[in-house]
Amino acid sequence: MLARVVENVYWLARYLERAENTARLVNVNTNLVLDLPAGFAPGWLLLVDISGGREVFDALDGRADEASSERRIVRFLIAETQNPGSIVASLRLARENARTLREVLPSEASELLNEFFDEFTRDLANGLNKRTRFEFLKHTVLSLQTLAGLLDGTMNRNDAYTFLQLGRNLERADMTSRIVDVRSAQLLPADTPELRPFDTVQWMSVLKSLSGYQMYRLRMRSRVRRADVMQFLLRDDQFPRACGFCFDAIRRALTPLPRTGEVLEMIDGARGFLAEAPLEELDQAGLHVLIDRLQLRIQAIHDGIARSYFPSRDGANGTLLVTRAREKAQSQTQRGRYSL
Amino acid sequence: MSTDWNAYPAAGLYDELIGPGGGARPAGKALLQCLAGLGDAEIAVRQQAAELAIKAMGITFTVYHEQGGSIDRAWPLDIIPRTIPRREWTRIEAGLRQRVIALNRFIDDIYHDQRCLKDGIVPASIIASSKNYRPQVRGIDPPLGTWAHVCGSDLVRDADGTVYVLEDNLRVPSGVSYMIENRHVIKRVFPELFENAAILPIDDYPLHLYDTLAALSPRKETRPEVVVLTPGIYNSAYFEHAYLARQMGCELVEGRDLAVDTDDCVYMQTVRGWTRVDVVYRRIDDDFLDPESFRADSTLGVPGLMRAWASGKVALANAPGAGVADDKLVYSYVPDLIRYYLGEDAILPNVPSWRCGEPRHLEHVLANLDQLVVKPVDGSGGYGILMGPSSTKAERAQFASALKADPRSFIAQPVIKLSTVPTFVTDRLEPRHVDLRPFILSGPQTWVTTGGLTRVALRKGSLVVNSSQGGGSKDTWIVDTEA
Repeated sequence: MLARVVENVYWLARYLERAENTARLVNVNTNLVLDLPAGFAPGWLLLVDISGGREVFDALDGRADEASSERRIVRFLIAETQNPGSIVASLRLARENARTLREVLPSEASELLNEFFDEFTRDLANGLNKRTRFEFLKHTVLSLQTLAGLLDGTMNRNDAYTFLQLGRNLERADMTSRIVDVRSAQLLPADTPELRPFDTVQWMSVLKSLSGYQMYRLRMRSRVRRADVMQFLLRDDQFPRACGFCFDAIRRALTPLPRTGEVLEMIDGARGFLAEAPLEELDQAGLHVLIDRLQLRIQAIHDGIARSYFPSRDGANGTLLVTRAREKAQSQTQRGRYSL
Repeated sequence: MSTDWNAYPAAGLYDELIGPGGGARPAGKALLQCLAGLGDAEIAVRQQAAELAIKAMGITFTVYHEQGGSIDRAWPLDIIPRTIPRREWTRIEAGLRQRVIALNRFIDDIYHDQRCLKDGIVPASIIASSKNYRPQVRGIDPPLGTWAHVCGSDLVRDADGTVYVLEDNLRVPSGVSYMIENRHVIKRVFPELFENAAILPIDDYPLHLYDTLAALSPRKETRPEVVVLTPGIYNSAYFEHAYLARQMGCELVEGRDLAVDTDDCVYMQTVRGWTRVDVVYRRIDDDFLDPESFRADSTLGVPGLMRAWASGKVALANAPGAGVADDKLVYSYVPDLIRYYLGEDAILPNVPSWRCGEPRHLEHVLANLDQLVVKPVDGSGGYGILMGPSSTKAERAQFASALKADPRSFIAQPVIKLSTVPTFVTDRLEPRHVDLRPFILSGPQTWVTTGGLTRVALRKGSLVVNSSQGGGSKDTWIVDTEA
């Protein structure tokens, strides 16, 4: 399959996953606000930082500060077309990508995405209204899950499907780590006696936002403990939204591809990094640093995939001779090995 | 309430369905019976069903310059089919085959010995001033000596029933995917008619196209790698590019997916590495095909593609330069070319044309601007045309000065009173003007689609059928009345 086509599939999957997880991110924060006692309400601006949109936000809104209202920030995350990380922008980009993929995507999937996008933009006001926001975002998550299910249930297991897996799981690992980060950064100062009783409630809401509460209980057989939740969301190999699971899924998805060495090494590196992290001992700040480092690794995995499989950006002709020469050398060494 | 066929206002025109006495022509008997049985209310329901099906099937075309960008629109299809008796079609088919064989001979001649110029069949000046003549391709021998592998010729029928060829599109004609999809939709809408009437099938076009393209491959020993080259998703015919690629099981590529190596072969960049390409069905105009040979600022094409083609390492369909025969001035000589190359009389007549580059013709055209249709010789899509009878004085004055400044660039033709077909308008059937674009494939064999794409002018009295200008389309039935 064409390098350009699989790149578009990869980005389609990332944008869909990003839209879904941004919806989850806003919902987890809405719940946290409700769970916390008055006076300890967490700021919304943090969500802008976590979604990586601070610069755009400042440029749009003048100088933003902690007083920036919930309404403005929720609008920025859900409905702001100029914020490339907003749900509406992610969905629009997903649709643009799907448009170039008519010949590889099942037509039902393109139709569903179109219908869903129209519905989303039509009902957008519900997402901005505090009373209807939760239902609106829940519906958004479910619609995107429906689309994911349709793709899984109808696509040939070919190169396009492989890159759908890669994009989906890498974005999911990234967003799960960001959602954990919201929680870790929200509660300052750390572990004050007044707030300790709320700890459990809040970790529960993080789990619920990832549809993970029930799965956590099933898997961990323990009450909700911070260290166990971290273990579950970062390392678990059974829960499909856990970073560990996502890395394993990427590893499996890579199997049919050539030239996987570099990316596999990075995946193993990220897995090892999580395995060695002292989750039990980390305080809020330590957790934040851990997530930062994890995200650098996720970025590196993306760069590795792009280097190995996507069209080079500096013009096809310039790189053609180099890459063809490398491919020839590779296939010759392979042939040599077989003939021995 | 039902359409009253006796009051159907087709006076002075040729209606494809309703004959002079108010009854159906032979090929439309079953259709008219069915329509009369349904009544207008039920026809309205089925029209809506067709529009829903089109939306759900994602059959779209792209219109430019609407709110500054481009926008995908649902394909406009009127559900009342256009019927043609098989016996008549057989003659039209033979005429098209003859025409395209002659045109391919002409193109090959122009880029080699230019015998037709030396023998005075066509004046040498029309080549020198043709915008679609490509000096870069002189002396090149494309596979099978074929240049225009895919041709779309526009046919019109005048009030007296004569079918004329209005123009030949030999560059990148589009519409064939809509022809096939129209049939899919109409089969859903009128299943009962397909059970009872002898309507010939049309959906084997992609197979014939693939065979035509595969036959051009320079590597006979391997399964040819055929690709469809598109300018991208913002092109008005992108739907068709994707459709044909999918139907043929080929990759749909953009220029940036391809590269030409020092061995003059064309490669496409896949996940598994660079793969050699044998045949490119290109849906990009010559100008944008290869920045090394044509427009240097083109980012849609592939640097070195002409070099690869000239050395026979890749086949291009249609061949660069084929558009020289697309020129409407050349069109006016086609009956002469058929006689010259094939020693036959043209089966299908041309619409009589005045060549404005000839002083006597120009004089006549300028004196009769309000009676004539004036067209740019290198145009397409219905743009830049003067429709004399419906034009304003200012438009005629503007064309008159354009004609005097550059007469070679225009031809003029009498207004053909295009035939009509009943068309669903708001709540009843009214006659609307149609044309017909069949597609002709040239390879080891010359093959013609069974019928073609019928385009219909949806506005009352309008003769402009182009979908970019508010035209619609119809399914086209070749009906075996003797079956």
